Amino acid sequence: MGRKLLTEHINVEGINTFEVYRKHGGYRSVEKALKTMTPDEVVEEVKKSGLRGRGGAGFPTGMKWSFLAKPEGVPRYLVCNADESEPGTFKDRQLMSKLPHLLIEGMITGSYALGARTSYIYIRGELLYVLRILEKAIAEAYAAGFLGENILGSGYSLDLHVHPGAGAYICGEETALLESLEGKRGNPRNKPPFPAVQGLYARPTVVNNVETIAAVVPIINEGGDEYAKLGVGKSTGTKLISACGHLNKPGIYEIELGVPVEEFIYSDEYCGGIWKGRDLKAVVAGGSSVPILPKELILKTAAGENRLMTYESLSDGGFVTGTMLGSGGFIAMDETTCIVKNTWNFSRFYHHESCGQCSPCREGTGWLEKVLHRLEHGHGSMHDIDLLVSVAKQIEGNTICPLGEAAAWPVAAAVRHFRHEFEWHVTNPKEATAPGAAYRGAAVLA
Amino acid sequence: MEPTTAPTKPQFSPAAQAEIKRLLTHYPEDRSKSALLPILHIAQAEFGGWVSPEVQNLVAETLNIKPIEVYEVSSFYTQYNLKPVGKHVLEICRTGPCMLRGSDELTEHLERITGAKVGGTSPDGTFTLKEVECLAACGFAPIVQVREKYYEQLDTPEAVDAMLNELKSLVHRPILPWEETGLPNSLKNY
Repeated sequence: MGRKLLTEHINVEGINTFEVYRKHGGYRSVEKALKTMTPDEVVEEVKKSGLRGRGGAGFPTGMKWSFLAKPEGVPRYLVCNADESEPGTFKDRQLMSKLPHLLIEGMITGSYALGARTSYIYIRGELLYVLRILEKAIAEAYAAGFLGENILGSGYSLDLHVHPGAGAYICGEETALLESLEGKRGNPRNKPPFPAVQGLYARPTVVNNVETIAAVVPIINEGGDEYAKLGVGKSTGTKLISACGHLNKPGIYEIELGVPVEEFIYSDEYCGGIWKGRDLKAVVAGGSSVPILPKELILKTAAGENRLMTYESLSDGGFVTGTMLGSGGFIAMDETTCIVKNTWNFSRFYHHESCGQCSPCREGTGWLEKVLHRLEHGHGSMHDIDLLVSVAKQIEGNTICPLGEAAAWPVAAAVRHFRHEFEWHVTNPKEATAPGAAYRGAAVLA
Repeated sequence: MEPTTAPTKPQFSPAAQAEIKRLLTHYPEDRSKSALLPILHIAQAEFGGWVSPEVQNLVAETLNIKPIEVYEVSSFYTQYNLKPVGKHVLEICRTGPCMLRGSDELTEHLERITGAKVGGTSPDGTFTLKEVECLAACGFAPIVQVREKYYEQLDTPEAVDAMLNELKSLVHRPILPWEETGLPNSLKNY
C-alpha cells in the first residue's frame, strides 16, 4: 500500500469540521507559505514536485502557474474546476464532501502563490449538497482567520466563494467554465487569448482541478522534492483513481503512480477482480473520452511489457495500441458487455453535451449517435462501420474545444479494437439485438 | 380567449431575497450577472420546481439584465425545468458506467411502478422521470438524484421501494435541507 497524501484522514470522525481537520495537521501549508515563503517560492515548489493536472490533461501545474500574466493593479483569479462530469470519474465529489477543508487549504495556498485576492470554486450544479458542505467549511475558515482580511497577520487577504453550475458537461472545459461563471451559456472560447492572460472577467486566471489543488497541500508541507520521490519518472506523486463498472470493489483508490494495472484490477487491496467471477473484456482507463482497450492491451503493452498506472505507460503505443491516464476514471467491462451498445451510449452522451457552437461537433456527434444506434439495433451496414471512422476523423481537430476529440476517440478506438463486434451486428442482427446479447467470440487484436 | 384577470406577478420570499443579496456580494459590482445560475436555482426551488417565463422575467429584473439573457441560459443547462414537473423529479443517470450496472433496467422498473414515462409525470402528479447524463457517482451505480439527494446502488427492487417510500413521506419543501443522516452510503464508507 503506497503513501496516502490526500486521503490519509478521510475516514476520521468529524474531519469535515475545522477543529478536527486542524488537529490532524490541517492548514499547516497556509502557515508555512504565508509566514516563511514568497509567492514565487510556492510556485517553485509546485514546479519541483512535477505535479501534473489531475483533471485529465496532465499539464504540469507549476508551468501553468508560471504562465499567469501579472500586470500591475489588475486583479487575478484562481478558479477551481469542480465540474466533475467525465463518465467514470467520481473522485472530486468524494474528496470535497469528506475533506472540504483540504480543498479550501489548497485554494488559500494556491491563491497566495498566484497573488489572487478573490477565488472561486465552480462546482457542478448536481452537487448542491456538496456546495453546502463547502460553504459551511468556508465559513469556519473565515471564523478561524484563514480567510478574509490579513490572514494570520501576513498582510495577505483572500475571499473564497463557491459557485454552482446547472448541468452541462462542457462547463468542465476551462473557458466554458469561465463563461458560465460570468452568467452565460457554457460555450468554450477560442484560444488564444489563454485564460492566463484573459480569463474570468477578461483578467488573468488559472483554472485547476480539485485534486490538483488538493495536492498542493502535501507538496508545500513536505517539499516538492519529497513529492517527486513518489511515483515513476515524470508521473510523480499519488493519484486518485475512481474505479467503476464490473468490479468486485468499485470505489476511490489513492495510488502511488506506477502500480501495475493488473494488480490494480485483481488484487484485494484495490478492485478485487471482476464481479461474479467473470472474465474481463475491456477497460476505459481514464474517463469516457480516452480510447478503450481490450483486456490483452490494458494489462500489457503491444511490446509485451506490463502496463503501469502512469501517464507514460498507459499512453505507450499512442492511439494505436495505447490509451491515456486522463482523469483516472477507470471503467472495467466484463465478457457480457456489448461494446457496440457501450459506444452508442457514450456517443449519445457527447451528442447530448455538445454545446453546439462548432458545426463539426454539433452535427458530427449527432451522426455518430445515429449510426451507432442503427448498428446497435440491427439496421446497420458494413459501410456504416467505415462511416463511423470517417466521421470521427472529421470531427477531430476541427473544433474550438476538445469535446470534439472526446467524442471521436472512443468511437475510433472501439472500431479499431472491436471491429468484429460491429461486423457481427451487421451479419447477425437477430442474434446481436437480443436482450443482453454480447459477442463472446475470440477478440481480434489490432 | 382573453384571460379575465392578469396572472399575479411572482415575487421572491424574504428568505430567498436575503440569499440573493448574499450571493451578489460574491462577484464584482459591475459583474452581478455572474449570480444568474445560482439565482435560477433558487427561483426553481421557490416556484414549484420549474422556471416559467414569468419567473425568468423576475430573475432578469432582479439582476437588471434583459429577459433574453435569462432565456438563453435557462435553455442551455439541463437542470432548469422549463415545463411544470411533478412533486418529485427523479433524475436517472443513464451514462456508460451506470448502464453497465443496470440503469436501463432501473428506468424500465421506475416507469412501471410510478406510472410515469421518461420525460413525463405520473398521472397523480407525484413523480416526474428524467434521464440525465453522468452524475459522478459511477462506483455506486445505478443512481437516481432527487433534488439535492443521491440515491445509490438501486440494483434491487427493495432499494427502489425504500427510495420511493422515503419520497412519498416527504412534505413538499422548496429546498431539502441537507441532513447528515441523509448522506449517501458512498460518502459514509470510503
